[in-house]
Amino acid sequence: MTALHRLIRDPRLFWGGLFALTLALSLFAGDLAKDIGAKWVMKFPKPLELPLDKLISAAMKWLLEEAAIGPLSFHAVTRFISALIEAPYLAVRGLLVDGLQRGQGSYAVQILPPLSWIAVTTIFCLLAWRSGRRGLVGLVGACFLYLAVFGRWESAMATLASVLISVPMGVAGGVALGILAFRHPWAERAMRPVLDLMQTVPVFAYLVPILFMFGFGPTAALVATVIYAMPPMVRLTTLALREVPEEVAEAGRMAGCTRRQLLWKCLIPTAMPMLMVGVNQVIMLSLNMVIIASMIGAGGLGYDVLTALRKLDIGGGVEAGVAIVVMAIALDRLSQAEARRVPGTGRGGRLVWIGLAVILATSALGYVLPFVQTYPAGATLTTGTIWAQAIEWININLYDHIEAVKVAILIGLLLPVKGFFLGIPWAWGIVAMGLIGWRMAGWRLGLMALLMTGFIALTGFWPEAMITVYLCGVSVFVAMLIGVPLGIWAGQSDRANTVLSALIDTLQTLPSFVYLIPVVMLFRVGDFSAMIAVVAYSIVPAIRYAAHGIREIDPQMVEAGIVSGCTRRQILWRIKLPLALPSLIVGMNQTVMLALSMLVITALVGTRDLGQQVYMALTKANTGQGIVAGLCVAFIAIMVDRILTAAARGMERGEAGHG
Amino acid sequence: MDRPVMLDCRGVWKLYGPNAETFLARHGAPTAETLRAAHLVGAVRAADVTIRKGEIFVIMGLSGSGKSTLVRCLSRLIEPSGGEVRFEGRDLLQMGEAELIDLRRKRMGMVFQHFALLPHLTVLQNAAFPLEVQGIDRKTREDRARAVIELVGLQGREGHYPRQLSGGQQQRVGIARSLIVEPDLWFLDEPFSALDPLIRREMQDELLRLQARLQKTIVFITHDFDEAIRLADRIAVMKDGAIVQTATPEELVLNPADAYVAEFTQHVARAKVVRLATIMAPLGAGPFAGDLPGQARVGDVADAVERADLPHRVLDEAGQPVGQVARQAVVDVLIGREVPR
Ligand SMILES: Nc1ncnc2c1ncn2[C@@H]1O[C@H](COP(=O)(O)OP(=O)(O)O)[C@@H](O)[C@H]1O
Ligand SMILES: [Mg+2]
Repeated sequence: MTALHRLIRDPRLFWGGLFALTLALSLFAGDLAKDIGAKWVMKFPKPLELPLDKLISAAMKWLLEEAAIGPLSFHAVTRFISALIEAPYLAVRGLLVDGLQRGQGSYAVQILPPLSWIAVTTIFCLLAWRSGRRGLVGLVGACFLYLAVFGRWESAMATLASVLISVPMGVAGGVALGILAFRHPWAERAMRPVLDLMQTVPVFAYLVPILFMFGFGPTAALVATVIYAMPPMVRLTTLALREVPEEVAEAGRMAGCTRRQLLWKCLIPTAMPMLMVGVNQVIMLSLNMVIIASMIGAGGLGYDVLTALRKLDIGGGVEAGVAIVVMAIALDRLSQAEARRVPGTGRGGRLVWIGLAVILATSALGYVLPFVQTYPAGATLTTGTIWAQAIEWININLYDHIEAVKVAILIGLLLPVKGFFLGIPWAWGIVAMGLIGWRMAGWRLGLMALLMTGFIALTGFWPEAMITVYLCGVSVFVAMLIGVPLGIWAGQSDRANTVLSALIDTLQTLPSFVYLIPVVMLFRVGDFSAMIAVVAYSIVPAIRYAAHGIREIDPQMVEAGIVSGCTRRQILWRIKLPLALPSLIVGMNQTVMLALSMLVITALVGTRDLGQQVYMALTKANTGQGIVAGLCVAFIAIMVDRILTAAARGMERGEAGHG
Repeated sequence: MDRPVMLDCRGVWKLYGPNAETFLARHGAPTAETLRAAHLVGAVRAADVTIRKGEIFVIMGLSGSGKSTLVRCLSRLIEPSGGEVRFEGRDLLQMGEAELIDLRRKRMGMVFQHFALLPHLTVLQNAAFPLEVQGIDRKTREDRARAVIELVGLQGREGHYPRQLSGGQQQRVGIARSLIVEPDLWFLDEPFSALDPLIRREMQDELLRLQARLQKTIVFITHDFDEAIRLADRIAVMKDGAIVQTATPEELVLNPADAYVAEFTQHVARAKVVRLATIMAPLGAGPFAGDLPGQARVGDVADAVERADLPHRVLDEAGQPVGQVARQAVVDVLIGREVPR
């Protein structure tokens, strides 16, 4: 008993033992099981699988076809929601893309043209001008000009229309739920697990049931977008309201505010700067999702990328990708400037009149001079051939090198790790996760990990889950390997920090879809390509938290080291890194979360993981499979999050773990 | 003191911690030890306060002693765990939401330590805010706001936003906002504590000037004993949630109830608080150098008394001579000799 006790107490023995045992099982259990004919050791027996996916599919079918409260069928409800969303969407789309039309489909006759490209560009420039920053006006103007000149205008406006519709809905819904959680503890208790789950369930998993309920088309895409972009707004609203100083609320109550006045006249305005941060996030998430939702009929730039990827049309893909980037940057900077605008500054009312005047003038002129209305197709530039040639050149001249690196990494890193994870018998996997959870944060987390891992095995997604874990693990490892040194560098040098911050900010604005384009062009499909895309997408927090951790160190600690005669290297390894470790762990946690969400999207480049299962469910409209595989990803994310959070907390308390 | 009672609070408690709400009902009057054993914080313990119309009542104590909590119980910004608060005889704790809002809109004003201005409103709009929530039309409320802004000396800055003002100016806005409804009962929770010492003095003078003009009933919180004796008609000293002594500044200095109060009072120059009526000798036959009011503080009249060779006659509030004071008595106070009572 004492030996076992020591094994548990001593962290090195515990972790070393756990790893050695797992490795041994991974290497030998498979062969052993085959010899004695116990196939169930490696493969969860089919008859025992929980047919949860079939049940969910059946339930969805029932819901859609038969469920009803009295005369009100579920189907009628979805139709109603559809109509509610579709009407404003069509209006905005009419304004930006189609114009006012009479008639249906191809018989439609345009009565009024949409806003001219000049008018839209001017309106956005005026919005930038409102913030009082000249540089921003130039940036926004350049971004919209790019869209026109490179022939992406119509797609971009379709995407913009979706964003313009989903952002107000996401913000309004988020604020309403956030207020509810702020006012009623029970509401917050009910919402928190849902929000947690929503932030970890991969995006494709949302798409499946929504596709099933609303059918292929822009409405389904909008519903998915709003649901996807809302959770951070809910959280930020609650947080922002909590952060309003108690005194301000008291001042409002002493002034004789009613509850409603207190909320709308005191708390919300005071919380506004933080709420605007939330709005910025909703905008960026909406854009991200609108692009992804092109798979269920959102159209726009995302659809351009998707078709280009499918056709391997290099030039088209890159151009559409750059258009997305340009649009993301314009929307991000614009909403950030608006968020930072302090009350009482900037320019107001006159701009509305200027905007209206430009709209009217260009619309009228457009009848006479068509190029005012629509950017002339003849004058568009295309860089497509240049990109295609560049990629071709790379593929011809550097193919051997790229291939060599690819093969080396595949053989040296990816395949062994893959073998290790796939070799773990499922039963031991469940036990090991339970042990890890228990060791890090006590029996509750242990039990939770046990149940979640058990769920994965029980629903028959064990091998796919292991591939997810392996790809995610390797990607996070590489991202940390590159990101942490960069972060340390940025934490110590201001110049490095400026350069890296600009890079990080841009990386962070890009919708995840965009990362696939160059990767596919250069590395084709497969695990290696997936890894590169995941690393590129998830490296940001690794860099950011490392830099943050280094910069937050009390300078006196470093001075104490210098006075004790440490060399620079010793200061880094003995003082700075240990002190920054909790921050590094938090960064790693974020990296894992981003990696998992990106990994699912890389299903498009042919991985065999859970993401592929979700994607396949999407193409087959198999709701049950999509939801269950999505839940598996979410469970992995939740387990990693809890374990790493516990680790970071333990480190801050100065403990190695709990015994 | 027979002015009418404005606010009367008896045995008010505020506990924080697990099961704080029911603890008091179960334990009656717990001691500090029982509270600690139950992991409760006794933010306010059995406080009795009587505030009379027109006085400046100061609640003084170190930070964490429960002043803010007590004043919030008095205005029912927080719900006391137990006790009774009466506003002009009406039970404040039994009032419904609507009645309470009405009371706050018409009768109470409050100034906060960190100003608590609304960042999105201008000075004018901030000052007019209490009228805005009452639904008073813009012109009326802005006219009134301009008047109070002028009262606190901020004219010309109506269009500024709070962040464009210094701390002292921001607090003037806070004062203007709390005065715009012409409240009878005026709460100030450490209004000057966040300000620099010089500005703080200026603001204290300003407060006394305003009070001379407006004659409000004031509940003033501070942790600064000098500020307390400068402003107070009466002071309640708090320690660990309980009121240890309520008295005039003079009584407090001359007769501290315990070592804790004495700790504050021992460094106070006696001449700043002791009044002539306290040190006067029985009225003699004269001749006298002149007449002085018995309410005058020794420090304020010391120069005249010390300069004169003859004693001064001391008059009571009605102008009747009640005693006399000579050079020696004043010098005793000034150099801090034990004062005979
Ligand atoms: N909301 C609260 N929850 C728990 N403890 C509180 C709360 N508010 C005040 N306290 C405690 O009550 C005591 C008195 O606080 P407070 O009234 O703010 O003191 P003061 O204003 O004299 O500095 C302090 O010990 C404080 O920690
Ligand atoms: Mg206080």
